[in-house]
Amino acid sequence: MKSRRMAAWMFLAPALLVLGVFFVLPVLGGFALSLTDFDPYALADLHNLRFIGLGNYLALLQRPEFWSALGNTLYFVLVGVPLTMLASLGAALLLNHRLTRWHAAFRTALFAPVVTTLVAAAVVWRYVFNTRFGLANGLLSGLGLDPVDWLGDPRWAMPTLILFAVWKNLGYNMILFLAGLQSIPPQLYEAARIDGASAPRTFWHVTLPMLGPTLLMVGILTLSGYFQMFTEPYVITEGGPLQSTVSVLYLMYEDGFKWWNLGMASAVAFMLFVLMFAITSGLLLFARRRGHA
Amino acid sequence: MKLRLASVCVNGTLIGMALIALFPLLWMLSVSFMQPGMASALPPPLLPAHPTFANYRDLFAQSGMGGYFLNSLLIATIATLISLVFNLMAGYAFAKLRFAGRERLFQALIGGLVIPAQVAMMPLFLLLKWMGLVDTYLGVMAPMLVTIFGIFLVRQYARSIPDELLEAARIDGAGEGRIFVQIVLPLLKPIVVTLAIFTFLASWNDFMWPLIVLTSQQHYTLPVALAALSRERVQDTEQMMAGAVVTMLPVLALFLMMQRHYIQGLLLGSVKG
Repeated sequence: MKSRRMAAWMFLAPALLVLGVFFVLPVLGGFALSLTDFDPYALADLHNLRFIGLGNYLALLQRPEFWSALGNTLYFVLVGVPLTMLASLGAALLLNHRLTRWHAAFRTALFAPVVTTLVAAAVVWRYVFNTRFGLANGLLSGLGLDPVDWLGDPRWAMPTLILFAVWKNLGYNMILFLAGLQSIPPQLYEAARIDGASAPRTFWHVTLPMLGPTLLMVGILTLSGYFQMFTEPYVITEGGPLQSTVSVLYLMYEDGFKWWNLGMASAVAFMLFVLMFAITSGLLLFARRRGHA
Repeated sequence: MKLRLASVCVNGTLIGMALIALFPLLWMLSVSFMQPGMASALPPPLLPAHPTFANYRDLFAQSGMGGYFLNSLLIATIATLISLVFNLMAGYAFAKLRFAGRERLFQALIGGLVIPAQVAMMPLFLLLKWMGLVDTYLGVMAPMLVTIFGIFLVRQYARSIPDELLEAARIDGAGEGRIFVQIVLPLLKPIVVTLAIFTFLASWNDFMWPLIVLTSQQHYTLPVALAALSRERVQDTEQMMAGAVVTMLPVLALFLMMQRHYIQGLLLGSVKG
């Protein structure tokens, strides 16, 4: 028995060691770092490092850049998440429809953007939404509409990034929704049919409640993914125009790895973490009250 | 008749959505074969008038794309192999070996899933700098070598292995290592394939961490190189599309070949444990 317990720890040791050194230690270190004024001088000589308590956090609350980055991120999340979920639920419902043909081909096509490399896909979108030569404006002019300065107009840049995110992530959620739809017992639909329920009523009273746990899970996954937006603005808009697409992580990257203010960057990262954690917990609590989870 | 109309509506909408999903990818492929400057004509052409491989040739000959490709391939392959070994061992231990505090430790790991990776990036960079691993392959791989998600996936799958099978082997005098290699691993084969695809794709597509930790150009992975190139040469539409094709094609091909395993893993990983 004792040797078997030893064996268990032998199997765990490599994984726990690596996780400890490259994950747990840095996370704890990150919090410690966020309480210091770690800057380029400290990078050169650790003697320049000072403990400043919550100084970074307080400074952050007074930085307009932080509030605008937070606002931009929330815009991306609050518009992007519902839009992505609606589109992917719609796609899953269509795929699950009994009249659908070429089921596998549709599924593969809609899922393909998910596995593409984010940077490469973003580069492609940058050109598709080019104001002068892009296909998006080509299509608009074909329809007789005025061209839109997609990536150059501060009002349009974020909606364009959201469109990109919906395109990129739709397939992933669709697969999860599809599995959720297929696990609903057919007897429920049979009963609704016998009761003479219309299609919208069946959807509202059978499909949607049965999909509750899936909706919650997909919502949380999408939410935490969108809060971590970075590559989209980095590649497509470089944070512009007029800083309108600078996200919280973009700010963290610039603070940390452009200006080497690693203490401040850590504070930004922890603020984002706390925000994500609060919103996710709130959602879970809400769902539990409603009896979904 | 009404059924017919409904069928046209359902399938028509799906065709429309599939077209939107695939169109940017097809356009990328088409433009990558255009002569330099062609894509910036008005109205923008859909197909190359005189298809050419020049963009690909220039990318590999002048922009060092071959080197970036090799970096990506090496990093993704080695990270996948190492993480498979570590995740499989740990996932199996959590599923089938008994030890004090097993459930509590596992719960703690799952709790760690809520922590976004970026929180660890600044200290991890300093740690790697201290270890001399900044701007190395190992530095890029560090956060990938063990993943909580991987351990979770293996554990979910390994729980279905019957205990009697392992007990019988123990009674026959087999050691724990031998049991793992000869009995458990063959049974875990489907999840090994799934996890391998997941890790390879994640490593190949990763951007933020490689961007931070790779400081010299010759060590860049494809996404980092492509992002840098597209910032430098905004005007070279055709060459950037060729670069996007080179970056995407391997993972798209891998997905198309292994689609069933990939989707299975995605569903297995998302069910509540």
